[in-house]
This record gives sequence, structure tokens and C-alpha cells, in this order.
Amino acid sequence: MYLQRRFEERAAQSYQRGKFGGFCHLYIGQEAVSTSFEHVLNGDDDMVSGYRIHGIGLTRGISARACMAELYGKATGCAKGKGGSMHFFDAEKHFWGGHGIVGGQIPLGAGLAFANKYNGTKRLAVSFFGDGAVDQGALNETFNMAQLWKLPVIFVVENNGYSMGTAVGRHSAGELHKRADAYGMKNAVLNGLDLFSMIEKLQEVAADVRENSNPWFLEVRTYRYRGHSMSDPQNYRSKEEMEEFKQLDPIERLKSYIIKEKIAEASALEKIEEEVEAEVLDAVDFAENSPFPEASALYEDVYVENDFPFTV
Amino acid sequence: MAELQFREAIRRALSEEMRRDESVFIMGEEVAEYDGAYKVTQGMLQEFGFKRVIDTPISELGFTGIGVGAAMNGLRPIVEFMTFNFALVAIDQILNHAAKIRYMSGGQVKIPIVFRGPNASAGQLAATHSVAFESIYAHFPGLKVIYASEPYEAYGLLKSAIRDDNPVIFHESEQMYGYKQEVPDEEFLIPIGKGVIKREGKDVTIVAHGKAYHIAKTAAVELAKEGIEVEIIDPRTIKPFDMDLVIQSIKKTNRVVVVDESHPFGGIAAEVGFQIQREAFDYLDAPVLRVTLPDVPAPFSKKLFDLWFPQPKQVVDAVKTVLYRN
Repeated sequence: MYLQRRFEERAAQSYQRGKFGGFCHLYIGQEAVSTSFEHVLNGDDDMVSGYRIHGIGLTRGISARACMAELYGKATGCAKGKGGSMHFFDAEKHFWGGHGIVGGQIPLGAGLAFANKYNGTKRLAVSFFGDGAVDQGALNETFNMAQLWKLPVIFVVENNGYSMGTAVGRHSAGELHKRADAYGMKNAVLNGLDLFSMIEKLQEVAADVRENSNPWFLEVRTYRYRGHSMSDPQNYRSKEEMEEFKQLDPIERLKSYIIKEKIAEASALEKIEEEVEAEVLDAVDFAENSPFPEASALYEDVYVENDFPFTV
Repeated sequence: MAELQFREAIRRALSEEMRRDESVFIMGEEVAEYDGAYKVTQGMLQEFGFKRVIDTPISELGFTGIGVGAAMNGLRPIVEFMTFNFALVAIDQILNHAAKIRYMSGGQVKIPIVFRGPNASAGQLAATHSVAFESIYAHFPGLKVIYASEPYEAYGLLKSAIRDDNPVIFHESEQMYGYKQEVPDEEFLIPIGKGVIKREGKDVTIVAHGKAYHIAKTAAVELAKEGIEVEIIDPRTIKPFDMDLVIQSIKKTNRVVVVDESHPFGGIAAEVGFQIQREAFDYLDAPVLRVTLPDVPAPFSKKLFDLWFPQPKQVVDAVKTVLYRN
């Protein structure tokens, strides 16, 4: 969790120094969500998400180096510099992106699950999206088919309260998780700021999906401390609200629990923090010193074959 | 050698590929129990069962995305659209996802999927059911686009499309489903990206694909009566486009007419015309002409429709114009 936090804080610094361009949507505040899923799921379960992807990419096991290099648009990035901040990928780790069109990953996630079921595996798929995506038609179409066809998929809305700058109560009618009720799909609300309750519920849900091949819709209530993207003045929310949520910070909360319950000494945690800091600084160095893609890369990876006769 | 309808040739290709490879399946509206809206998939449910012949709800965006996700995760889906006019509500999944994910992932993801179904006008169905979409799909890097005009090549090209590891758009036509042609009994594949000379001639080259090929063919018969021998090139694949074959023909005839059932602005004829002037400028004895739809939506009324849809007479006139015989 701390790696996700520090990675993004350093990424934001680099962005503000003009080290790289494009969009940059930070996950800060939502780290318990990605962490709990990675903790509960198997390495060969399939995951797909939206464009606020840095945290899930890191928890899925993409190195901080490959993630940072991707932000910098370098050839050593996790998508060879072709995807950028919104499009992290690692197909070997069953991590299917990073998608920039709101809600586009909802049917993709169901499709990943469809293939798992078709092939008779017990793998499940998870499709993460933000609260803004709940209003897309793709969600309703996909929910209907996922329930109809009993697909082994968990749909997860990371409800951080805002669809860009529009508060959830102003963009969605009713409770988000209740959208699933219309299709008879199992659903639940989880506290995305609390790692332990997340893990507990996810274990139950994942076991059910794996065993019985039926979809779930989880509404995870969380909060992002940073703006929608780097250019967001955040006029739509108050400082008080932000302060209130900072008291509930998932990382601080976990830290004080560990110390209070004497699971580890504060010094041990500091050591972890130092290691993470070193890892992130190393990632920044790596990204800065990595080469940009060769010019020839422009025409690579469009088609499977390397000799496609492109129109010129 | 059996005479097959266009729909039967497609069905044969689908069935053979599904027998050959367990990961191939077909999904779409009415493909299973109804036997296909145009009977293309007739009998396939009986052979392959509900697991591999899948009726979908009328949710093109959703089932297209499920197809793309399944392709990312190792399957080879064939997604049937009842018509490509309905694929407009799914176009985000085709253009933004299927076509781009490989590139955005730096080549990590393979999306072997075929999107197929009827394209372009099918008579008096009015504006929303009559659009030729091949130029739109061909505009996007990452897709291959096929529009076969005859059963023989529909069979051979569809088999290649299903085995291709890229997303492929495969266009058919409601009005061609009943069209019959001899197709060899033994299996064969036609490579994607290779056109064919469908009629040899020395006077004028006509480039025509899909249903427009049949318009050109009728015109060629008329022109022959007047001693004008046209050479018809059917590119068969829109992307990649076999421009070499077209240029070779123009070097012989020095004159060319492009027949295309799209609208004129930014259509296939526009791109083909541009490439011809660049590659064969010194060989042309007349400006490149095109016969297309007018720049208006499809009308319903029979009288207006006949004015709207390209007729062989317009091709005859265009050929005479490039011969300076008008």
C-alpha cells in the first residue's frame, strides 16, 4: 500500500516538473482496494480496470521501474511506452489493462470471465471501474448477460465519491450497488478504507464465484485525496471533507493497528518505508535513464504480423 | 464441386473452422434457435450446441465487448451483427478496444476476433439500415476489413479471417445471401489482402468490391455489346488493399473508374482514387472517375431509392467518359 502511495507521490512530482506529459490520474487514498483484491485472488485470476490504474498495476506485480518508465513513455515501460499512465498492461500476470474509455472494461471483464468458463477453468475475472462508469449503458448490458450466462466475474465499482468533478449523488440515481438487484445479481457494499473487512468479504465472494460461477457486484466506498487528474482545481469539494477522510486514511489506519496490536514495532515499519522510498527513487532513476522507443517502434504492435503493408 | 449460396458458403466456412478449433465460437442475435436472421447459421446449433452457438440479447455494445474480452483471454470469437448498421452502438468496443488494445499494450495482447454480418444497402430499408461502413473500419489501424462479392471467396476469406490473429471485419450483404456459385468441395483458403481480376479487358479498368462488383459486372456486359472491353478488379479485401493489382491493370488500360456503394466523401473510392493518381499519374489518359452513392442518406421511396443507389447505367456512362466517347 505504501509503495502505491509513494510511487504516485513521486510520479506527481515528476509530472509537475514536466518530466512527462499526458494524463495522470492518481489512486492515492484507494490503495486498500487494490491490495485486498490482490491478497485474496490467485495470480492467474484475470483483472481489468479503468484509467486510474497505477495502484492495481503495482499490486498485480508490475515492477515500480516498469510502471514509472511507462509514465515517462520509455521503451522499458510495461507497455513499451505506447500506453502511458492510463494503459498499464501485463498479460503474463493476467492483467489486461488500463482502459481509457469509461466503462469499456466492464464487458471486457465479462469476456475474460466468459473465456475462463468456456475453457472449464476455475479462474475468475475482476473488472474494476469508477462510480462514473456505473452510468454507462455498457454496465447494464453486461450485467444482464453476466447474470444470464452465470459468468464467474466480480464487478467492482470503486466509488470514490466523484465522477471527475460531479458528486455521486448528482450523477447516479439511487444506491450504486442496487443496480445489480435489477438483474438478480448478488451485491454488497464494502468499506474501501479498511483493508481487513475488505479481505474478509472478498474471501467469501471469491469462493462463491469460483465455486458456483455467478457474478457479483461490489460497491467499494473509498476516497481519492488528489484531483481527478493533475489539472483539477477541486472546486467541487470542501477542505473539511478532505480532512475528514484523511483521518480515515487506509494506510495510517493499518499502521496504527499494527503498532497498537504489537504486530510489529514502529521501527520495522520505518524500515519498510525506507525500502519503499529507495525502490521508488530507483524507479524514477530507471525511468529517467531509460531510452525512448526507437522510431521503428511506431509501426510495431499494430498488427500481429511485422510485415503489414501500411497505407502511406 | 457444389453450387453454394453465399450464406451456405459462409456457413460451411464457419462450421469447418469450429470443427477444426474448439476455441472458435459464434455469438449474436438470433444465431442459435432462430437459425440466423438470414439463415447463415442454420443447423449450427444442432451440431455445436448452446455452448458454441450463442444467442445474445439485443445488446451490441455488451456482447461485442464480451467477445473482445474473450479474445484477449484466448478464445477466437465470431461476433455476428444482424447488420453492421446495428454495430454502430458497439463501435466503441470495435474501434477503441479491439483495434487498439494490442498497440496500447505494446504488443502483449492478441485479439483474434471476427466481426461479421451484412453491410450496406439492402433495398428500401431507409436511412438507418442502408449504410456501407467499410471505409469507416478501414480508417482505423489495427483492423483488417474484408468485403467479399461471391460465395467462392466468401468461403476462402472467412476461413482466413477466423484463423487470423488480428481483429477482422467481414462484410456480407443481405442481397447477396442467395447468390449462387460453384465452390470446390475440397478445403481452401484465400489470403487476406489479395485482389483478383474478375474480368479481363484492355480499354478501361473498373475497381469494384462487394455488391458494387455486381453492378460493374452488369455494366461490363452492356459495354461489351458496344465493343468496349473493361477489366474488373475486385480487391476483395479493403484493408490491406491490393493496390499493386490495380496499378498493373491501369498501366495496360490507362483509364479507371472506381465503383463503390459508400457515400463519396472520404469513402473507399476517394482513397483508391488518391493512390491511383500518386502511383500511376503518368499512365492515366483521363481523370479517375468514381460511381458512388450520393452524399445523402438512403431514401425509402422506390423512385428516390433508384436515384440514390448506383446503377449499371452510371458505370457505363463513367466508362464512356474516361474513353471520351460521351
